[in-house]
Amino acid sequence: MMQYDIVIVGGGPAGLSAAVAAYDKGCRSILIIERDSELGGILNQCIHNGFGLHTFKEELTGPEYAGRYIDMVYERNIEFKLNTMVMDISPERVVTAMNREDGMFEIEAKAVILAMGCRERPRGALNIPGYRPAGIFSAGTAQRLVNIEGYMIGKEVVILGSGDIGLIMARRMTLEGAKVRCVAELMPYSGGLKRNIVQCLDDFGIPLLLSHTVVDIEGKEHIQAVTIAEVDENRKPIKGTEVRYPCDALLLSCGLIPENELSASAGVELSRVTGGPVVNESLETNIKGVFACGNVLHVHDLVDYVSEEAKKAGETAADFVRGEIGESTEQEIVIKAESGVRYTVPSTLNLGRMDETLVVRFRVGDVYKDAYVSVYLNDKRIQHKKKRVIAPGEMEQIILKKSELSAFDDLQTVTVKIEKE
Amino acid sequence: MYDVIIIGAGVIGCAAARELSRYRANILVLEREEDVCAGTSKANSAIVHSGYDAKNGTLKAKFNVKGNEMMDRICEELDVPFKRIGSLTVCTDEKQIDDLKKLYDRGVQNGVKGLKILSREEVLEIEPHIGDEVIAALLAPTAGIICPFKLTIAFAENACRNGAAFAFDTEVKNIYQDGDGIWHIVSQDREYLTRTVVNAAGVYADVFHNMVSEKKLSITPRRGDYILLDRTAEGYVRHTVFQMPTQLGKGILVTPTVHGNTIVGPTAFDIEDKESTATTADAIEEVIQKSALSIKDLPVRQVITSFAGLRARENGKDFILGECEDAEGFFDCAGIQSPGLSSAPAIGEYTAKLIAEKLSLKEKADFDPYRKDFLNPSKLSLEERNELIKKDPAYGVIVCRCESVSEGEIIDAIRRTPGARSLDGVKRRVRAGMGRCQAGFCSPKVMEILRRELGCSLEEITKSGRDSYIVRGRTKDGDSK
Repeated sequence: MMQYDIVIVGGGPAGLSAAVAAYDKGCRSILIIERDSELGGILNQCIHNGFGLHTFKEELTGPEYAGRYIDMVYERNIEFKLNTMVMDISPERVVTAMNREDGMFEIEAKAVILAMGCRERPRGALNIPGYRPAGIFSAGTAQRLVNIEGYMIGKEVVILGSGDIGLIMARRMTLEGAKVRCVAELMPYSGGLKRNIVQCLDDFGIPLLLSHTVVDIEGKEHIQAVTIAEVDENRKPIKGTEVRYPCDALLLSCGLIPENELSASAGVELSRVTGGPVVNESLETNIKGVFACGNVLHVHDLVDYVSEEAKKAGETAADFVRGEIGESTEQEIVIKAESGVRYTVPSTLNLGRMDETLVVRFRVGDVYKDAYVSVYLNDKRIQHKKKRVIAPGEMEQIILKKSELSAFDDLQTVTVKIEKE
Repeated sequence: MYDVIIIGAGVIGCAAARELSRYRANILVLEREEDVCAGTSKANSAIVHSGYDAKNGTLKAKFNVKGNEMMDRICEELDVPFKRIGSLTVCTDEKQIDDLKKLYDRGVQNGVKGLKILSREEVLEIEPHIGDEVIAALLAPTAGIICPFKLTIAFAENACRNGAAFAFDTEVKNIYQDGDGIWHIVSQDREYLTRTVVNAAGVYADVFHNMVSEKKLSITPRRGDYILLDRTAEGYVRHTVFQMPTQLGKGILVTPTVHGNTIVGPTAFDIEDKESTATTADAIEEVIQKSALSIKDLPVRQVITSFAGLRARENGKDFILGECEDAEGFFDCAGIQSPGLSSAPAIGEYTAKLIAEKLSLKEKADFDPYRKDFLNPSKLSLEERNELIKKDPAYGVIVCRCESVSEGEIIDAIRRTPGARSLDGVKRRVRAGMGRCQAGFCSPKVMEILRRELGCSLEEITKSGRDSYIVRGRTKDGDSK
């Protein structure tokens, strides 16, 4: 059986950054396993710019951003296997993988980093009534066909869901000469970044219909039209508001789901809110030596934050392999998400294993204007930061200081919440 | 000149083709779509009924019970997944207890074996998530679940293996008999001659029957909407759980599928349009609401797709089988609504025997009743799997991650006869795209494999034949890619 100190499942932005960080922390036995034919993951099809402002202080395209990390992996001679699918991860960290050349093989890993990314919510999961013709694509599939394969998927496009990929594809299809008739969003707010709404819709005069959804799909063989209706506060279509939009393609950008089938079969505990593993301050799951980062952990808004989070996972995995983080005797402190905060990553922390600072990321469940992000240690408020807008489409973060937490008597819980005042 | 032309490559047409291929005969199956199993046979409850429901003395009762009995042998010969998991028909009202007993009696008279009425406590022991209002249930241990795609495809493959031919994308426009008693079947681009015709055209069987007979049939499609749950819900329901039957059918059922999904449905709406397989929001809501009566807290959030199928319901309500009285050599398999899938082997056998008698066909000595299913590498040991990959490296490449389908399986699906020619054809054969991401990741890859295997361009690849193209031309600089 092959043996590695760290096996990283996934060679996208999370896996690459984790590999580089683990190497730089002294680990020399690392294997990245990637199912596609290239490293870089979904970034390879994100040919638009806007990546890297935080990490590299410049604006890069997706493939350029990935290229920077791929270069770092090459420079360090970190091993990787392409076109290789991980079939199973055991709780004892035996990774079973398969490819054309090696067949099916097992690898014994001292640490495993989960970096499989996420997938898109398909039409079926949305219960959209109507026919099931050709011409309905999840936005990412359309992005692949257009940007990687070089094929047009339609000339008259309707987009359901205002997730970032959908917004980006609205602009992309327009630039390719298609007419994007509208973007319909079930919720009263967009699930995407503000900057994408401005740059991909507003700049091209594409209407964003908030509180609207598709209520019918026409066309038995190929899609011919959709009917869009306004929805009430319970997200039920309002009769009489239906408008028919002829189209030859419907793109869906209705949410991303962390892809955790492998994690689940390894026994990793998953969060019902994020769909990703429940992790502690070291980004370690409930299975010792199994770490998670990137979109498999929770869906990020910017790849820069994926890289940052994955760096942390790579470093702690390297420490774990060297035996430098072990069982802590100190009590686990729970990080709670309350009033408007849907979840936090991590959701527990251990002072004995915590660095000087800890970034806690979260998302909110609604749009808040002129509200405060507050942090409580037990019942005592220690942070109270006013923000003009807090929206579900943007990931938020707070930073905890070890010195402040250690000085607090009998600390049981850290609570993150949104407050009106 | 053909001995038999079968119109329609659904489960009935393919079963008849397979049974006819036992004989020395020139057999052709005509199908409007690009593949077998493209109509009602692909969108149903995927179950094999025990046979208690149909009225005594009807063809439905007779062929259901017979078909059910035949299913073990057929599925063994054709390597089709079939599990006798048993069905429960739940009673939620004291007033219905008598009706439940009537169902029991009817089943016994129909020759259904092993029927038993269970108390709520007995039901709970074998089906723990049964609804709170369930007071008793009829257990039918001979009921089962089957893959309707695989059954149809297997019949078709085995028919081809034994000499039958299929013509796809062939829509029958007219049928007439000439002075010599020869049947002429006119398609959009040619005319076929045959001594006999089998009308297995599903919801269109009345159209073809009425072209040749004065005793008119009328088929009103009855739409059934379903939802399908992810395999993560596997085990929540263990039997096919029916509600008490009503005028409109057997009500909303909840059942596992042979692949570990859970299917919930169908509704029952009589409609005019024989093409209208569109679901509606109200119907899907009805499926979810009504399922709660028999199964509690069903994880309906784990839905991965919803769909609708059309039952070919003839207004006389029973199956219409056998030679048409006023059209010699024209054999009907019409009005095949539920329990059509369960009855298919028996209907196929019956129809084949009638035609063999009519034409004095001789049985072949070299008829091969066996067909091997597509390889399922996940059932192999590590060593066996590595042997396989060494021999054919395509089995080492996973294309569909949700269902863990390799390139080797997809190539096999395309290269068989009749082979897959569309994304749906691949999906029905080897499940690529059938899982929770519903082909989001694998469809570009499957399209590429289809393009390579069929030797066509990507623009010619369809989801399900005809105009269901997926891509339309290149992007501005697509040609350089």
